[in-house]
Formats: sequence, C-alpha cells, structure tokens
Amino acid sequence: MNSSRDELSDTGKKRRDFITLTATAMGGVLAGSIAWPLLQSMNPAADTLAESVTEVNLAPILSGAALTVIWQGKPVFIRHRTDREIAEAVDAPLSTLPDPQEDKARVQKPQWLVVMGICTHLGCVPLGQKKTEPRGEYGGWFCPCHGSHYDTSGRIRKGPAPTNLVVPPYNFISDQLIRIGREE
Amino acid sequence: MSDGGSNPYRHPFVRWLEKRLPIISFVEHALKGYQVPKNLSILWTSGFIAGFMLVVMIITGILLAMHYVPHPDHAFDSVERIMREVNFGWLIRYLHANGASLFFLVVYMHMFRALYYGSYKSPREVLWIIGMIIFLVMMATAFLGYVLPWGQMSYWGATVITNLFTAIPWIGDSILEWLLGAPYVGAPALNKFFALHYFLPFLMFLLVFIHIWALHTNGSNNPTGIEPKTAEDTLPFHPYYTVKDLLSIAGFMVIFAFFIFFAPNFFGEPENYIPADPMVTPAHIVPEWYFLPFYAILRAIPDKLGGFVAMISSILVLFVLPWLDRSKVKSCTFRPIFRALFWVFVLDVLILGWVGAKPAEGHYIGIGQWATAYYFIHFLILVPLVSRFEKPSGLPDSLSAYYRDKGCS
Repeated sequence: MNSSRDELSDTGKKRRDFITLTATAMGGVLAGSIAWPLLQSMNPAADTLAESVTEVNLAPILSGAALTVIWQGKPVFIRHRTDREIAEAVDAPLSTLPDPQEDKARVQKPQWLVVMGICTHLGCVPLGQKKTEPRGEYGGWFCPCHGSHYDTSGRIRKGPAPTNLVVPPYNFISDQLIRIGREE
Repeated sequence: MSDGGSNPYRHPFVRWLEKRLPIISFVEHALKGYQVPKNLSILWTSGFIAGFMLVVMIITGILLAMHYVPHPDHAFDSVERIMREVNFGWLIRYLHANGASLFFLVVYMHMFRALYYGSYKSPREVLWIIGMIIFLVMMATAFLGYVLPWGQMSYWGATVITNLFTAIPWIGDSILEWLLGAPYVGAPALNKFFALHYFLPFLMFLLVFIHIWALHTNGSNNPTGIEPKTAEDTLPFHPYYTVKDLLSIAGFMVIFAFFIFFAPNFFGEPENYIPADPMVTPAHIVPEWYFLPFYAILRAIPDKLGGFVAMISSILVLFVLPWLDRSKVKSCTFRPIFRALFWVFVLDVLILGWVGAKPAEGHYIGIGQWATAYYFIHFLILVPLVSRFEKPSGLPDSLSAYYRDKGCS
C-alpha cells in the first residue's frame, strides 16, 4: 500500500498506469454526462420552442400598405407591394446584391412580401412599415441602428447587414388568409 | 500564523479560538505584519475603494432583489414600484445604479494606475491577469444588470449585444439560443440574466480574494516602481494605509452622495424609462459610458465578425501586456518616451469613448477607425518597440534614495 510508482515492478507500473488511465477516463465520461443535461437546461424549453402559428387576414392591407404582426415573439413584416415595387424587386440585377437571391424565390404571390422584421446585422427592427418612415435608398426598409438599406424584396443592398431579411415559413390558406409557422 | 505553542494572546476566548482557528492572527498578520512601500500615492487607494464598491453593490443588490420581479410583464413596473412604494427603495436603487458607474470609474483609475506605474510587470503578472479576469466578470455583470429594468435601452442593448454572437461562424445561432433560452430576447432570457447577475458578483468576491492573495505574495508596486529593499522603504499596512484608505473613501463618498442626491440620473439614459417594446427600436442605441470605447471599436470595423473580434481583442491584448512591455523599468517616472505614449493612449481611449456615444455616420466613422487602429498600434507595435530601445532617465538606487535626492524626507 502507498508505495510510490518507482518502487513497483514493471508489471505493477503497467497495472497502476492502466488503473489511473481508466479511472481518469471514466471520471471524464461521468463529468461530461453530468454537464450535458445541465448545459442543455439552458437551451430553449419545449413550450418556448413549440412552433406557434399566427394567422393573418390580408384583406385590410391595401396596395402599397404594410402590416406588422407578431410571430414567436418577433415582428413579421407583411407588405402589399405595388406593381412598381414588384418591378423594382424583379429587375434588380443579381450581380449588384450582397446576398444574391431572386425575388421569385422570396415570395409566393408577387404582390405579397412576408419577411421577418429583424435586421440581420444586430437584430434591430428596421423602419419603413409606415409610409412616413424612411425606407432607405431602395424603397424597402432602413435600419436606423447601423444604417442597413433593404429593397422592396427585403434584400440587403447597402450597409453592414450580411444577409437578406429572413422569409419565415408561411402558406396561403385562402386568397386573403395566410398562416405563418411551420407548413404542414 | 501561530501554532498552539506560540499563542500570543492573553484573553482566554481568543486563546481558545486561536488554537482551533488562527483567524485573528491571520487578520493581524495581513494588516500589521504586511509591509508596504512607504510612498504609495492616493491612486493606490483605488483598489480599496473598488473592494468597498463591490460590497456596496452586493448589499444594495440583494435588497433590490427582494422586490424585483424578473418577468417581462412585471420587471419595469417592479422597478417603478421600488422607486415609489418600497421604503427607501429610491435610495437603494440609486445607490445601485450610480454605484455601477462609480465602480467602473474607480476600476478604470485602478487599471490606468497599473498601466502608468508598470504594476503588471514581473513579479506581478498573475496579479494583473486575475485583475483582468475580475474586469471581464464585472463587465458581464454590468451588462446583465442593465437589462433587468426592462426599459427600451435595456431590451435593445441586450438584443444588439447578444446578437454579436451570431457573428461566430457555424455555431453562432446555437450559442445565441443557448444564451437566451429562446430564439429571441424574452422571458427566458430575462430570468436567466437575473440569475447570472445575482451569481457573478459572488464570483467576483472570490476572485478579489485571490487577487489580494497574489498582491500580498510580492507586495504592492509603488510610484517609483523600485521594489523595497530595506525596512527604511516600507511601513506596516495598519495603521498607515488603513487610515489613508479610509480618508480616500470619505472623499469618494462625497462624490457618490452628490450623484445620488443631486444628479441620480446623470449616468442614465432617458430612453430606459420607456418600457421595453420589441416592435420599436430606439433611433439611437448607446451603451452605458463605461462600455463606449469598446463599442466604438466594435463599430469601427465594417464587418460583423471583424468588429466582434476587434472588440474582444482590445481586452485580450491587456492580458498579454506583461509580455509585450519588456522594459525592466516599471514606473513611467523614469521612462520619458513611454510616459508620453501613455498620455497619448489615454487620449485615444477618451476619443474612442466620445465616438462610441455618437451615431455611426459621417466623420465619426473615420475618427473611430483611426482611434481603433492606434489602440492596437500602441499595444502591439509601440509598447514592444519602445521597451526595447528606450533609455531610462534618472533611475535611483533605491526607493528611499529617490526621495532623498528630491529633498523630501
């Protein structure tokens, strides 16, 4: 008992090294398996994550107007685009876009644009939902925090934001009714 | 520390306790037996004041927590209730809110003093690094605490700062969700921030003891930067420096009281008296003054990840400062070039703070970028270069000799 490693025979050394190694390894596995649930508890809870669904009646939104609705605690911009706004979005050459994406990939019906109202830079809510607010140089939205300009397709055109405004999952239940949330 | 055989006390209870737990002799040793350079200026009391402020913040914080409700529906109202209904709630909250600003003021004085007098150099590198860790924990605590009143600036400050983590490639979004407990800043985040804001000060308290342990291992640096050699160079900590610290605290409390009673919202942001609204971003998001230089560095880089990395680096570079400044001479008193650079650096930090408070537009962008560049040039190029070539001027043989030559004592 309590003999130091040097006093052991070669077999004894091997045995002790094996015991030390496996005990340390098991300790590590144990610590990891305890740490995992503790760390996981800080991730979103089941009810927080549960996909909530928001239904929006589009009928009251006149052409050229916009509506902000809340989905999962975050603002969603719905804009009823005019023919001119659609044309601007479709005609913008992809080569000039920081995050190239065609307009038709971002809408289901050309007159209705649905995007998250959260600047992809640092999460501010861009201005431009009301006609009295600045809409930036491309007629979409303008983020006052650090000066990002979005176009009428919600694509980033100028400023520090790295990507286009996110298009949430949604589907048309009828002509004038959409459901924002996971498509079934 | 004494053992049972050399019990120096006469009172029977103290003798009894000393044999079982030598705590009284330990404290006595730390106060009277601790020899300190005799020439410490008033700047050396900043550490004591910082420790005092930590205690003030913990006590007022615990009292506030007894009335505060960490939920988005109630947080703002519970803070207003503290201000209007709770007995002396206004006093306790103003102590806590202004205390945070003055705590940072004192800690910045403490840090700039260490920079000027070379207190981070051998053999005090570990002392310095522990201090930097305390500073990081303090910044996290302050950020979390600012979110709790759930005003507009609380909410949007939290949104912008936590969104910085999304700049990290691949895992950024997962880290953000893990931190917030939801895909957005909301009830789970507020509750978590409250728990962490309550916990971290106790971690700071522990770190302060390790900081003091490291300090007592080699003793304080001093304005000459020359290590004491003989008994002539030192004085016992008690009563000489306990009295000096207390005098300093008295002066500090006058300033503290001025803000609490005459300008309690001087450091505050009016926007934060508007309840948080996730649908409306304030036109101009600014952090508290003590984060402004770092905020300016964040915004100076026109790239999301780059700005994040620059901001983190501006703090991490301080951790390796003992190895960037290779000069054996500690104090700026004997380093003419380094002294000039120190003041330029102070000016640079002030400029960064000023730019950080301004909107990121026009010439502010350019000024912020130049000031950021100089910040890193100072630490990474000028400090190593100067410490290699600079000739110290007028370095005396000993601490006491310096004052004899000057005609003092």
